[in-house]
Amino acid sequence: MPFSSLSDIQNRLNSGKTTAVEVAQLYLDRIAAFNHTLNAFVHIDPAHVLAQAEASDAYRANHNARPLEGLPIAVKDIFCTQDGPTQCCSNILKDFHAPYDAHVITKLKEAGAVLVGKTNMDEFAMGSSNETSAFGPCRNPWDTDRIPGGSSGGSAAAVAAALTPAALGTDTGGSIRQPAALTGITGLKPTYGRVSRRGIIAFASSLDQAGPMTRTVRDTAMITAAIAGHDSRDATSVADAPELDWLAACESRDMKGLKIGKPKEYFVDGMDAEVRAAVEAALAKCQELGAEIIDISLPHTEAAVAVYYVIAPSEASANLSRYDSVRFGHRCDNPEDLLDMYSRSRDEGFGSEVKRRILTGAFALSSGYYDAYYLKAQQVRTLIQQDFTQAFEQVDVIATPTSPIPAFKLGEKTDDPLTMYLSDIFTIAVNLAGLPGLSQPCGFASDLPVGLQWVGPAWREDVILSAAAAYEGATDWNSRTPTTFGGES
Amino acid sequence: MDIDVKKVAMLSRIRLTDEEATELGPQLSNIIGYVEQLGEIDTDGIAPTAHPHDAAMPLRANVVTNTNRREELQASAPKIESGLYVVPKVIE
Repeated sequence: MPFSSLSDIQNRLNSGKTTAVEVAQLYLDRIAAFNHTLNAFVHIDPAHVLAQAEASDAYRANHNARPLEGLPIAVKDIFCTQDGPTQCCSNILKDFHAPYDAHVITKLKEAGAVLVGKTNMDEFAMGSSNETSAFGPCRNPWDTDRIPGGSSGGSAAAVAAALTPAALGTDTGGSIRQPAALTGITGLKPTYGRVSRRGIIAFASSLDQAGPMTRTVRDTAMITAAIAGHDSRDATSVADAPELDWLAACESRDMKGLKIGKPKEYFVDGMDAEVRAAVEAALAKCQELGAEIIDISLPHTEAAVAVYYVIAPSEASANLSRYDSVRFGHRCDNPEDLLDMYSRSRDEGFGSEVKRRILTGAFALSSGYYDAYYLKAQQVRTLIQQDFTQAFEQVDVIATPTSPIPAFKLGEKTDDPLTMYLSDIFTIAVNLAGLPGLSQPCGFASDLPVGLQWVGPAWREDVILSAAAAYEGATDWNSRTPTTFGGES
Repeated sequence: MDIDVKKVAMLSRIRLTDEEATELGPQLSNIIGYVEQLGEIDTDGIAPTAHPHDAAMPLRANVVTNTNRREELQASAPKIESGLYVVPKVIE
């Protein structure tokens, strides 16, 4: 039961074999038993979780069940929730209580979900290992000496160890897909503009997007169906986005006639040999299922990390200027004057990676450098988008490794920020182009999970869900679970 | 490239100790050095991206949709008095 999919739990609830309260209690017990080892949750209020589950059982007794009725879902500490603290794993937001729910939180509540708690993350989602969290690192359930990936590391670890059957993450440069890959679960970053950003603490507004992290492809579709849709309070939420039949997209069981693009820039020297072998084997499996593998090129791939590390810090330096210690957030003791208050509060409140990115962004946007860095990066970003547009004239979907390496050890990459940045090399371009991307488990490298990434054209999440569902149906990688946490390996 | 870290920190309103500045200086130079590879890419006539899907900024009717929630909104403020945010004296 703990490692069941959302769909399985839903069936058991629908048939009366269990109740939302029983389900909630099961996961609360697992959180109590395992969270001290993993540090996946940074806030949990068991009484409040059970109260939501009781309310869901009562609702079910008198009404038709809603789409996520009684299903436990954890959310990253970046989502504003009126219940409990919202701290973005930063000291500058210590004990902050949001006065409203993020739009996606409202949507989950309306769909009948039981919100389990807040999960650990890199501070302000800036990191690829969950090590920049002000609440301490989170650990990978497959090997607790290793990182779970980031920035949505807590959500990934919680799902992988079955402390919750599903979670929400956010993805600015790979923060859903990379931790999903490194912990052996499935994660979807929807098309930019598909899901409202209102009430999601902003990092880089032209890249941020929320999405699900789950045990199966169908589960990602169930959650995305509930959270997607236009929100007039988010100016970047797209009003005329094509609607999809999310669950129907997952019913595919073969890949007959599917053209899969294999970009040469994503299979390169320097990546882990076992990761490469696992992804190559996955593509061979797709071919067996009827797909055609077509070699393609995305020539500006190599520039993606550089573009990202101009644009994301630039947007971050603007977004994070709101932490001025006037309306909310940490304020230093006894400020001498306004400038002292701003600068000392921000020095005390932000961790070193966040400062590094704010300063990088402030430099790139500063007078005399704007054209050479920010404007140039936005131009190269257009070229990266054009690479994808041209590729999708040839193929239906693109398949790549999600991460060039499996989970690394805590502390292994913290000394050199640039090495850490390069671990996002295969996920970043997808954010720059605003495309949907999904990572699903496709094997192991040195006993650590490996992720297969699917990238589709804008608004065509159905194409990647369909391909991923067919692959999942033909393999059993998604049912592997870590034995230390009661799984069967 | 040498970056004047103290100046950038001032623009960002972040106080840096000398120790932090010494550590951050080379790191920022490294990051900026890495992104300088962008200079080698020909972008003549290429429009900068404004929105990933080139979507126009939407308009909505200018009507009040929020109720007065001053107390809840100020509950997280470091210092308030009579419904106002209190900061150190700005004008002598």
